[in-house]
Amino acid sequence: MRSEGQRPGWGLRLAAGFGLAFLIVPILIIFVYAFTTEEKTFQWPPPGFTLKWFGVALGRADIWPALALSLEVAAVSTIVALILGTLCAAAVSGGRFFGREAISLLVILPIALPGIITGIALRSAFSLLDIPFSFWTIVLGHATFCIVVVYNNAVARFRRTSGSLIEASMDLGADKFQTFRHVILPNIGTALLAGGMLAFALSFDEVIVTTFTAGQQQTLPLWMLEELIRPRQRPVTNIVAMIVVLVTFLPILGAYYLTRDGESVSGMGK
Amino acid sequence: MSVEAPAVLPNRRGALGGLSDTFWRRPRLLVLLLLIPAALWLGVVYLGSLLALLLQSFFHIDDFSGLVVHELTLRTYAELFKPQNADIILRTLAMAAAVTVASAVLAFPVAYMAARYLRGAWKVVFYLAVTLPLWSSYLVKVYAWKLILAKEGILTWLFGVLHIGPALDWILNLPVIGGNSLSFSFIGTFLVFLYIWLPYMILPIQAAVERVPVNLIDASADLGASPLKTFRHVILPLALPGIVAGSIFTFSLTLGDYIVPQIVGNGRLFIGQVVYTQQGTAGNIPLAAAFTVVPIVIMGVYLWAARKLGAFDAL
Repeated sequence: MRSEGQRPGWGLRLAAGFGLAFLIVPILIIFVYAFTTEEKTFQWPPPGFTLKWFGVALGRADIWPALALSLEVAAVSTIVALILGTLCAAAVSGGRFFGREAISLLVILPIALPGIITGIALRSAFSLLDIPFSFWTIVLGHATFCIVVVYNNAVARFRRTSGSLIEASMDLGADKFQTFRHVILPNIGTALLAGGMLAFALSFDEVIVTTFTAGQQQTLPLWMLEELIRPRQRPVTNIVAMIVVLVTFLPILGAYYLTRDGESVSGMGK
Repeated sequence: MSVEAPAVLPNRRGALGGLSDTFWRRPRLLVLLLLIPAALWLGVVYLGSLLALLLQSFFHIDDFSGLVVHELTLRTYAELFKPQNADIILRTLAMAAAVTVASAVLAFPVAYMAARYLRGAWKVVFYLAVTLPLWSSYLVKVYAWKLILAKEGILTWLFGVLHIGPALDWILNLPVIGGNSLSFSFIGTFLVFLYIWLPYMILPIQAAVERVPVNLIDASADLGASPLKTFRHVILPLALPGIVAGSIFTFSLTLGDYIVPQIVGNGRLFIGQVVYTQQGTAGNIPLAAAFTVVPIVIMGVYLWAARKLGAFDAL
């Protein structure tokens, strides 16, 4: 019991505090730079603050189609990942069968191997098969690594959903589809929503695989990459960076709140 | 009251009902149907592409025509051992190793603190502090560091305010790792990698430390061990699988990255960049494919070693 009352030493607190600050401060700095009056350099501290870059960013014609494409790709990839990931998770947690380990490895592989490998593999396959770049080639790449996010969330929830609930439903005369609709879906719903949000954030932000599968199309991350390599208007990049942080921040926060209470799923008592 | 309930329930009505009955009788059919979509997608699209890539690494480029010759040969792999290519591989490995060690050192106190001491609201703060950088945009993170490391940026300013400007100059004048400014040096590349992959190290270590029984630590203290000794002989060995699990991510992700060294770095190439330029502008897909095999092989060996150390239980 003694350790419960023990306080952490100052050295540990300092080291841990430094680590946390190292993680958080760089993201906050983005927000400060979005309001700077300095146009040409990354001067710190900013010489003054202004809101005018928001107007300039609004007027830029190249940002909004890129944002729209990113949102569309993320939405479609998320839907594909939700369907494939949930079905796969249901099968894997349904019982033991031949090749079960291989399937879970196959699902995880796209994020275990560096993204560039996925990217160039898809690219070379497209060129071998003479498939032209399109909206769907981007989705093809994104859904591949989004499946695992949905799958992980769904598998974790299936594991905690008591099998006796499903058996009870069947005993009471419900068929498989009714059981799915009225028992399984309400139980895994929040996990799917959380997985979907994370998949959306992942796809919205993806750049490494996308550079290989987009061709001439430009998603928002590709636009940012272009600006990072050949800056044109730095303050506009600052604004877009802040918007991207906010767009990914909200789903992550949502996913956190949805899975936080995941321990108290019905049927846990069993 | 007649008891005429049939011993066997009648078949369900309708196509869906019939289907449901079929699934009940043959559960394997249901599992198979559930698996087919994902297995097809990943098996055909993903594995198929990977195998196609692997196959191309055994082709080679004709030196005169610049066209890909479709016959199996190891000639492209031999090119990997040319001095300039071997340099790139070694440089990438050294960077991946440095990033892995540094992130383990930096991550351990944070993970340890979170696992053993933080409760309630502070635990939430910790969780968000780790997961937000983990999930927020990769490019935005790189961009934030471009801002921080710039010559006129916040780090130079900080060194000036603390009156240790000469220290920064001294660091930048170091051979190999120094450079014109932090954002054009290996130190800069290293810092950005460290920042981007750090959360991948913190989370597995935290999971591992949470599983270290408190009474072991108490016992060690009761037996007269100093905190340092307890750390060395009790906590570290038990947390090692977590560190190894985290290092899988930091190592693998650094090996394959091609954007960070392109944006923050001194222009010397890493494996990822070579793959990118060889398949794109240079049009030498066999060499690009052979280069991607390097991280795959290294990670294969790494994963095999990690499995021996029990790292997969800490994931």
